[in-house]
Parts: sequence; structure tokens; C-alpha cells
Amino acid sequence: MNKFWAIHHHETLEIHPDTSLPDPHQDTFSKTVLGFWMYLMTDTLLFTSLFTTYAVLHNSTFGGPSSRDLFSLSTSFAETMILLFSSVTCGFAMLSALRSDKNKVIGWLAVSFLLGASFIAMELHEFAHLAQEGNSWRRSAFLSSFFTLVGTHGLHVSFGLLWMVVMMAQVFSVGVTIDTFRRLVCFSLFWHFLDLIWIFIFTFVYLMGVI
Amino acid sequence: MSSELSLNEIKKEWHGTFKAYMIGFFSSLFLTGLSFFLVIERLFSEQNLMYVILALAIVQAIVQLLFFLHVGQEAKPRWESVVFGFTVLILLIVAIGSIWVMHDLKERVMPEMTHTPSTNP
Repeated sequence: MNKFWAIHHHETLEIHPDTSLPDPHQDTFSKTVLGFWMYLMTDTLLFTSLFTTYAVLHNSTFGGPSSRDLFSLSTSFAETMILLFSSVTCGFAMLSALRSDKNKVIGWLAVSFLLGASFIAMELHEFAHLAQEGNSWRRSAFLSSFFTLVGTHGLHVSFGLLWMVVMMAQVFSVGVTIDTFRRLVCFSLFWHFLDLIWIFIFTFVYLMGVI
Repeated sequence: MSSELSLNEIKKEWHGTFKAYMIGFFSSLFLTGLSFFLVIERLFSEQNLMYVILALAIVQAIVQLLFFLHVGQEAKPRWESVVFGFTVLILLIVAIGSIWVMHDLKERVMPEMTHTPSTNP
């Protein structure tokens, strides 16, 4: 029975192969970028659950401070600007990669790295300040969900910084090749994606937090 | 059967341009600035302010999806757009569904329970 089915299935596959159009997605570049895009979409769902958790818990302060008492708009505005600039300088690195301008790719990646690192520094400073005043993730459900959401984003940015160092080293040693260009495309998707997530963090957490 | 592409062919598969980055960057700058400005100046009532900055965030997300992440600009068949559309569907079901259920639960259960903040911090 199984054998019969296998043969039958095999025949239906082979008898009508659609060769009228070449499939444009059979090369390593397209397959990798599609696979990486799917990873980003699963990451979107991870952030969706964290945002939803925050939305449900942000009033559960357990007698502790609320978002209105804690968040500073000047810090979050600076963080937003830094991440947006980092996103666009990463784009400039990609445009330099299109022209195979090795030094400019490394230069723009270095600028993105410094901006990303200062973003992480500001965030860690903010977290340390909250923890010092007794408002760590252990204080209330609101603060637990806040640290989980913003911390997960920060962790992603930190991994992005590590990836950027690796890409700078690879471009430095082999230049812009098929392999490094493909990795740069994936990296730029990752970096722009993190800026996209941040739009919703500054809107839902920081802006709506002080309204 | 798989045909590998050369570096120049791959470069044509990536759709970023300087103009697109500039449009995306300045639109994002404007929309971010507007969001913060509206909240600092409190130009609307609380409820309306929420809706306005949520709308501004969605507009900025669409701008960045189009100009930075190049959604919907890949070669046909557009698998990336299909995956993206499905993700947005699941996102909306999970987010709106959860918030709806938890809000409903809170309204049904909470009225009898008074919020008693703990005395010891």
C-alpha cells in the first residue's frame, strides 16, 4: 500500500513539471534571505507576546511606582534618535556595499556600532538607576514586564553589535563578496527590524506611560 | 536545478537606494518628533492623545517597512510578503485577543476586590 502510494505520488510529481517559468527563488541568496526573514517574523511574534504582557500588567504596580513616576521622556527621546541614526547609517553601509567600497562599508558599520553601543549604554544606565532606587524587576508585575520587554530588545541590539563586529572583520579580510554581501543584507534586515520594534516601545511604554 | 547568482545579480536583488533611505529617515524623524511633541505639549485629551500617537507609530512602522526593510519589493512569487501578512494576522489575533480577554476578566472579577497596596515595600 505504501509502495503503491509512493509510486503514484512520484508519478504525479514528475508528469507535469511546470517548466514554463524559471523559479527565481532557487539560489542561495534568495533562500537565505527568505529564511532570515522568517526568523524575523517569529521574533515579531515573540515581541508581540511581550508587548501584550506589558499591556495587561502595566497597571499592576503592587503599591509601587507607576510608569508616570519612573520614565523620562528626554532619555527615551535620545535613545530613539540614536537608534534611528544607527539604522540609517547601517543603510549607508549597505549602499557602500552595492558599490563594493570596502572601506566605506567598514566605516559606516563602525558609526552604526558606536551609535548602537551608546544606545545600550544609555539603556543600562537607565536600568541601573531604576534598580538602585529599589525599582528593579522584583518590585512589581509592571516592572517585571517592563524589564522583560525592553531588556529583550536590548539583548537583541547587543547581539546585533556582536554581529556587526564580525561583519566588519569579514569585510576587512575578504572585501564585498557573494557571501559577505548576503550576510550584510541579513544584518541590515536585523538592524532595521530592531528600530521598527523600538517605535512601538517608545510609543507604548514611554509615551503612553506618561500620558 | 539550482542556479547560483553572481555578485552583481545578487546586488540587483537588494532594493535599497539613497533616496529611499533619505525619505524613510526624514519621515521617521518627523513622525517621532511629532509624537514626542504632542505628548509633551498635551495638545489633546488623554484618550485622543493615545489614539493619535498609536496612529503615528503605525504610520512610522509602515514607512520603515517600505523604505528600510523593502517589504513587497522582492521578485515574484512574493513569499516574504506572504509570510509577513500571515505574521501580522497572528500578531493582531494574539494581541487584540489577549487584551480583550484580560480586560473583560478584570471587569468581571475586580469590582468586588478593592486594591490593597502592600504596607511593607
